[in-house]
Amino acid sequence: MTRREFLEVLAAALAAGLPLATRAASEPQALYVLPKRRGQVTLLHFTDCHAQLLPVYFREPDVNIGVKEARGKPPHLVGEALLRHFGISPGTALAHAYSHLDFVEAARRYGKVGGFAHFATLVKQVRAQRPGALLLDGGDTWQGSATALWTQGADMRAACRALGVDMMTAHWEFTYGAARVKQALAEDLGSIEFLAQNVRSADFDDPVFKAYSLRELNGVPVAIIGQAFPYTPIANPRHFVAEWTFGIQEERLQKTVAEARAKGAWAVILLSHNGMDVDLKLASRVTGIDAILGGHTHDAVPRPVVVKNASGTTLVTNAGSNGKFLAVLDLEVTRAGVSGYDYRLLPVFANALPADADMEALIRKYRAPYAAKLGEKLAVSEGLLYRRGNFNGTLDQVILDALLAVKGAEIAFSPGFRWGTSVLPGTPITTEDVMNATAITYPYVTVNELSGESIKALLEDICDNLFNPDPYYQQGGDMVRIGGMRYACDPTAAMGKRIGNMTLKGQPIEAGKRYKIVSWAPVAEGASGEPVWEVVSTYLRNSKTIRPPALNRPALSGVGADPGIAPGA
Amino acid sequence: MKRSRRRFLEASAGTAAWGAAAALGLIAVMPAGAARNAAGFDSKAAAEAVKHLGATDALESKDIIITAPDIAENGAVVPIAVTSKLPNTQSISIIAEKNPFPLAATFDFGSGAEGYASVRLKMGQTSNVRAIVKADGKFYTAVKEVKVTVGGCG
Repeated sequence: MTRREFLEVLAAALAAGLPLATRAASEPQALYVLPKRRGQVTLLHFTDCHAQLLPVYFREPDVNIGVKEARGKPPHLVGEALLRHFGISPGTALAHAYSHLDFVEAARRYGKVGGFAHFATLVKQVRAQRPGALLLDGGDTWQGSATALWTQGADMRAACRALGVDMMTAHWEFTYGAARVKQALAEDLGSIEFLAQNVRSADFDDPVFKAYSLRELNGVPVAIIGQAFPYTPIANPRHFVAEWTFGIQEERLQKTVAEARAKGAWAVILLSHNGMDVDLKLASRVTGIDAILGGHTHDAVPRPVVVKNASGTTLVTNAGSNGKFLAVLDLEVTRAGVSGYDYRLLPVFANALPADADMEALIRKYRAPYAAKLGEKLAVSEGLLYRRGNFNGTLDQVILDALLAVKGAEIAFSPGFRWGTSVLPGTPITTEDVMNATAITYPYVTVNELSGESIKALLEDICDNLFNPDPYYQQGGDMVRIGGMRYACDPTAAMGKRIGNMTLKGQPIEAGKRYKIVSWAPVAEGASGEPVWEVVSTYLRNSKTIRPPALNRPALSGVGADPGIAPGA
Repeated sequence: MKRSRRRFLEASAGTAAWGAAAALGLIAVMPAGAARNAAGFDSKAAAEAVKHLGATDALESKDIIITAPDIAENGAVVPIAVTSKLPNTQSISIIAEKNPFPLAATFDFGSGAEGYASVRLKMGQTSNVRAIVKADGKFYTAVKEVKVTVGGCG
């Protein structure tokens, strides 16, 4: 019996119903047996792995609200609403991969996800079934772990070279600074092409990176255009890329599509770090793109959204985060264009994919100098720690509690990042876990005094970056996490009217009064302070046991029964 | 970076954003505070500035394209370009509605000149940026919002 036959038998057995324990081991493996390819072209896509070289737990959000036209449509579906929309049976491996439902129990059953050694095995398995496939990395690859931070992404570049990544675009990569990015391109990116049509020099508008690459895949000329995160100098410190300008650059993108077509591309793909809402709008306005392989917003969307525009349709995908998924897009292409497609967002279940020995050795080599330090057990968590969700996660609550306790402030702010891994109840919180939630190049903790009026203005500003009804004004992060102060939020209101009922210890926040605020990740140049991981580690060591944190989430209004909010969330 | 182009422009650096085009003799420039329409440039409200331009009845036009960031990367230097496809474009004015002095620039064009102007504006807060174009003796307008945000939270 060949491996394929074995897995087909397995799949049949699964359909017939096997005991749960057997299913946990074999059910994911069946996902990796692909049907015969539709067409000739295959694009493999992963994005936002955030430097997670080892397998992790990652809980998907229970709150992911879409406003106006985006309400209740992918990617703004969570939990059961998401499963229903995509026809996924609850209690299965796929349901666990795509949703937060029964997270702890399912995580114990199916084990960790991702990890580059397991990911490498999956890439090899898929490549064997899809000869001539291209492997695309959507960015946010060099940041998110201690080893990436301490090697300035060198560990990730080595892993991506070994994985056989063909092309990439970027976002957090830029937070190592423009010079470091250019150095990486020159020295250790190997044959990986770094593509970004929307990054130009601020002075003369000259291109900084190659905009697109034209490759022949099984006889079909295909153009891949890169789209870096348009708001890098706004969402992250501008001084890292002071001489470059970003933006969505629709007009230039349209010209690039035309140029690629003129040079003979039968299909045009955008490898995008726009975020899914931005990509959906862009797909309706820019013509001639067959598929947008998207990232940034970390949405694990099982099927593409088909967007109509003036000249045809564009598929829009988003492939999750933290190394949890490999997307496989098969395209049937003729000279006249794309005539059919097949898409799979494969979860990477580490227990179902033996580690690739070469990749495992590479990871061990890069981790060796830091392994002992990263393994330090700082405290034991009694509850589940996770980050994702529009307003707050338990992991962020621990960070907020730590900031308040260690720095003696009244109010704490923690940025609404969407990366950061999960910790299961009853397990130790290690230095590595803390770094997975905090490893950035501007980790400083700062204490400031702000007036009530300024706090309100700040929260309105951040909230508008999340809930502006026009996706082009959304930056793709979540709401700032807040400790100490309580508030109410109406995501559907206009800017300036979303935030209300701000109270501290039961007393209303006063516009003219000043409050002591502790926060981290300042974007201003010249900021300094203790790295946030030091503050959190101090708190954890002192606490020894972390009880399930009391989540400070705002009282929501205006949203009603929203499919982007899980019941009880 | 093309050295020669950089040197050429550095030579006229004092003229800032509109220096290059003006140096090439394509347009006549009326910087803020110039003698003509001083009242317009001194106006502290957008409506008043529009009135001083004589453009209160300006028609919305799709032939005016404002190229500006949706979200400013740096509020201190927001690049704004206006292209007018209207025949016989005579002038382009740029107004940042919420700036303390909203009328930022007026460009007068000689006959046959291409209707294009670009500036870098300082903007302290989110604002509509309005272009007012005079073409064939009539006024036309277009508007685009530019958001100025505190940043952070990627």
